[in-house]
Amino acid sequence: MSEPFADDLLDEIAEAVLDRVGDRGEAAVSVQSGTLDLTRFANSFIHQNVAEKRAQVALEVASDNRVASASIDRLDDASLDRLVERTVHAARLHPHDSDWPGLIEPTEIPTALNWDDAVAEASPADRAERVAEFVGAGGGLQAAGFCDTEAFAVVYANTTGHHVRGKFTRTTLDGIHQTATSAGTGHATSTRWADIDGSSIGARAAELALASQDAGNLEPGHYQVVLGPECLASMLIFLAYYGFNAKAAYEGQSFFNEGEHQFDDSITLIDDATDPRAIGLLFDNEGAPKQRNVLIDAGVSRALSHDRRTAAKMGTTTTGNAVPGSAAFGPVATDLFLPPGATSPADMVADVERGVLVTEFNYCRILDPKTQVVTGLTRNGTFLIEDGQIVRPVANLRFTQSFLEALSPGNVLAIGDDDRFAANEFGHGMTHVPSIRLADWRFTGNARG
Amino acid sequence: MFDLATAAVEGALAAGATYADARAMISREERLDCLNTVIESLDQTENAGVGVRALVGSSWGFYATSDTSDAAARAAGHQATEIAKASAIVPGPHLELADVDVVEAHWQNPVDEDPFAVPLSDKADLLVEATGTMGETAGVALARGTMGFFGTDKYFVSSQGHRISQRIVESGAEISATALGEIESQRRSYPQSFGQYETAGYEVIRAFDLVGNAPRLGEEAVQLLAAPLCPEGEYDLILGSSQLALQIHESVGHAIELDRILGWEAAFAGTSFLDLEELGELRYGSPLMNITADATLPGALGSFGYDDEGTPAQRVDIVKEGTWVGVLTGRDSAAIAGLSPGGMVRGDGYNRLPMVRMTNVGLLPGESSLEEIVSETKNGVLMSENRSWSIDDRRLNFQFGCEIGWEVKNGKRGRMVRNPTYTGITPQFWASLDMLAGPDETVFWGTPNCGKGQPMQVGHTGHPAMPARFTGVRIGVIG
Repeated sequence: MSEPFADDLLDEIAEAVLDRVGDRGEAAVSVQSGTLDLTRFANSFIHQNVAEKRAQVALEVASDNRVASASIDRLDDASLDRLVERTVHAARLHPHDSDWPGLIEPTEIPTALNWDDAVAEASPADRAERVAEFVGAGGGLQAAGFCDTEAFAVVYANTTGHHVRGKFTRTTLDGIHQTATSAGTGHATSTRWADIDGSSIGARAAELALASQDAGNLEPGHYQVVLGPECLASMLIFLAYYGFNAKAAYEGQSFFNEGEHQFDDSITLIDDATDPRAIGLLFDNEGAPKQRNVLIDAGVSRALSHDRRTAAKMGTTTTGNAVPGSAAFGPVATDLFLPPGATSPADMVADVERGVLVTEFNYCRILDPKTQVVTGLTRNGTFLIEDGQIVRPVANLRFTQSFLEALSPGNVLAIGDDDRFAANEFGHGMTHVPSIRLADWRFTGNARG
Repeated sequence: MFDLATAAVEGALAAGATYADARAMISREERLDCLNTVIESLDQTENAGVGVRALVGSSWGFYATSDTSDAAARAAGHQATEIAKASAIVPGPHLELADVDVVEAHWQNPVDEDPFAVPLSDKADLLVEATGTMGETAGVALARGTMGFFGTDKYFVSSQGHRISQRIVESGAEISATALGEIESQRRSYPQSFGQYETAGYEVIRAFDLVGNAPRLGEEAVQLLAAPLCPEGEYDLILGSSQLALQIHESVGHAIELDRILGWEAAFAGTSFLDLEELGELRYGSPLMNITADATLPGALGSFGYDDEGTPAQRVDIVKEGTWVGVLTGRDSAAIAGLSPGGMVRGDGYNRLPMVRMTNVGLLPGESSLEEIVSETKNGVLMSENRSWSIDDRRLNFQFGCEIGWEVKNGKRGRMVRNPTYTGITPQFWASLDMLAGPDETVFWGTPNCGKGQPMQVGHTGHPAMPARFTGVRIGVIG
């Protein structure tokens, strides 16, 4: 509905902040402005409809290896003065940080533009029309979900002279249709508005909801499973956050063993913000270019996600995975691609003698980061498969399962040919993955407990 | 800031809104993270802006801006109204707001020591000392400490005449020790995992005695690595108060949110197993179960003077002697359900739409004690401090993991067990509550990380809780 501030204004603010810091320390500033508009619906009508236009200036100052950061969302001179003085003051009080890696030197950033004017200019009426398409596709089923549009521009600059800018758009339509006893889901996320088809997404959700009505219980136990893209997306984001995170590995909390065959041969996982399908910026929170990073190559653990801090500690270079808060939590991959296989989801089901087809996971929580044991539930369409046929819907199941073991050598029976952006536990637009068929999965509870 | 909120409301009304309210806010946050005596991050945030909500017919619109000029605030009101008009493209049923008294007021929570006035070096020194003390235990690989402080000035204006200012200060901290084994890690935290936060000043940090508790955490984390696994099967389960607080949060607090019950959160957070037709009749738990939502508890994290619709903080009965009697409401949801608005609507900052939120949802104390509960348990497990939590989208099927457990046999606390977990179905679990500690062991636990809504909002909620026993619970599910 309204675009971010002009690039040159963001440049001016960045330079004004660095000028204020002067020679009182190393400094890096990130200035971002943009819009996030979200239209939410439930019970088949729009019940929440929000929009915001924000700017934020984030500053990091290092004075004699004493580091502090601060941010503010006002751009007037007095606010910028306060931001700088507060940060410089805090840095001076801060203990000496022996892990401070210094600031990135001037570095070239790829210029791909993940931007679509149609997303940036989408109006509340435009989003409402997408919602109407989704709702209409349900033929009277109860619909709920959201359609959002996001457009942000970011400038990063520091006192070494590194100065980069970028901007991106993203839009998502995500929703469910519900019967009295079931729900089905549909999602789409893209940089481009034209990729979002409310009718087809709504039809998929309605189809799942109707197919999963009047589900019965299934006894917990070990089953072969066919997991939809949303399930695999959640598994991979847990591996990325807690395993391929270089800080977790440095601290001894990761499963990661470089060069070890920790996954099935069929698994290759790439973090790649430069992929034309990727959404977001091409540089990270430290102004470093996001690298194409092969985390798993044909089952072999190859690389970690680094920021400048972990790279300096572990004697390597950053992969461009710094995110806000990564100084404490560690760097994380946010553009995960798992290449498709050659098997259609229907063929995967046809090859199952007895097993469970799962559309989505819900409320996954990690019990131990090193073993990757996670508990969660199924949601929005779970089905029993017998002799290659879906025989009936089943009520949501609880699982307690190591994601590492699930993808271990020999447990992956097929990779689907249906890769797409799939929502994971932490959000949209980060995981582009297909369905997957696994030999063994442990369900530990059902609706009876 | 009142002028800013007033301009936003006037902008909305001029554009055709039938009702509008606005919050102009200045929010300040400070966070320190320390690992093994190194301050890993010191971050300070200051946000200011105005968010305005406009009602046109039965449709809402909301717009927020960080531009704090009068013109921007009026434009925000106009935008909110235009968004509300667009909402009518997919219209809902007739909507009314339940009546509340129109109030002009100011409220602020008591603060003995302004946390933002305490030197950063003092805070850092305390975390360095606490993590250093934990690290003195051989085998502790990761000694962490975190402090967080929130200062919020909020100015609320409505087209009905509300004019309310509030200043809310919240403070909290956590320390934890992690020991690393060959195939797993073990962690102990204090005062609770993810931190204990209160609506108060720096005095709560001083009262924690972080350094004094540090050695115990280190020792327990290391001992856990060698401890036997939690047994698997049906046992009597004794929960420490902070774990019971999270149990309340997940299996009661979210389930009683009226927006969930009405289906407004169906696609994301989920719905609720509760049906309004059963209000006043449904057995939620045993007769020992008495739950209130009380936003007036001094110092508790879910306390305030007025919610973000201008409704005064209040105490509402939720479960009385095991029977479900109340829900968490806002002005629009209360009107739909034919209930009085409970003052339970809050937004995470000026740029987020206020929505139904837990206040202090907690148990009223019983008459027992942890010592007595243990002494009367023949075959059970005592679990303490949360490690993982998961519950389904209707708030029925849950599984929790705790940091530490102890076998309880024949009235005595026995050996330590690692990776304790338990699972259950909400009303069955609460029906098995048979012993509850008293006021002396009641703690107003604070949950500073409650996620809800789209765009995501992080809420601060409180949960009075005390040690309790549940019979015949399935424990020891570890995958």
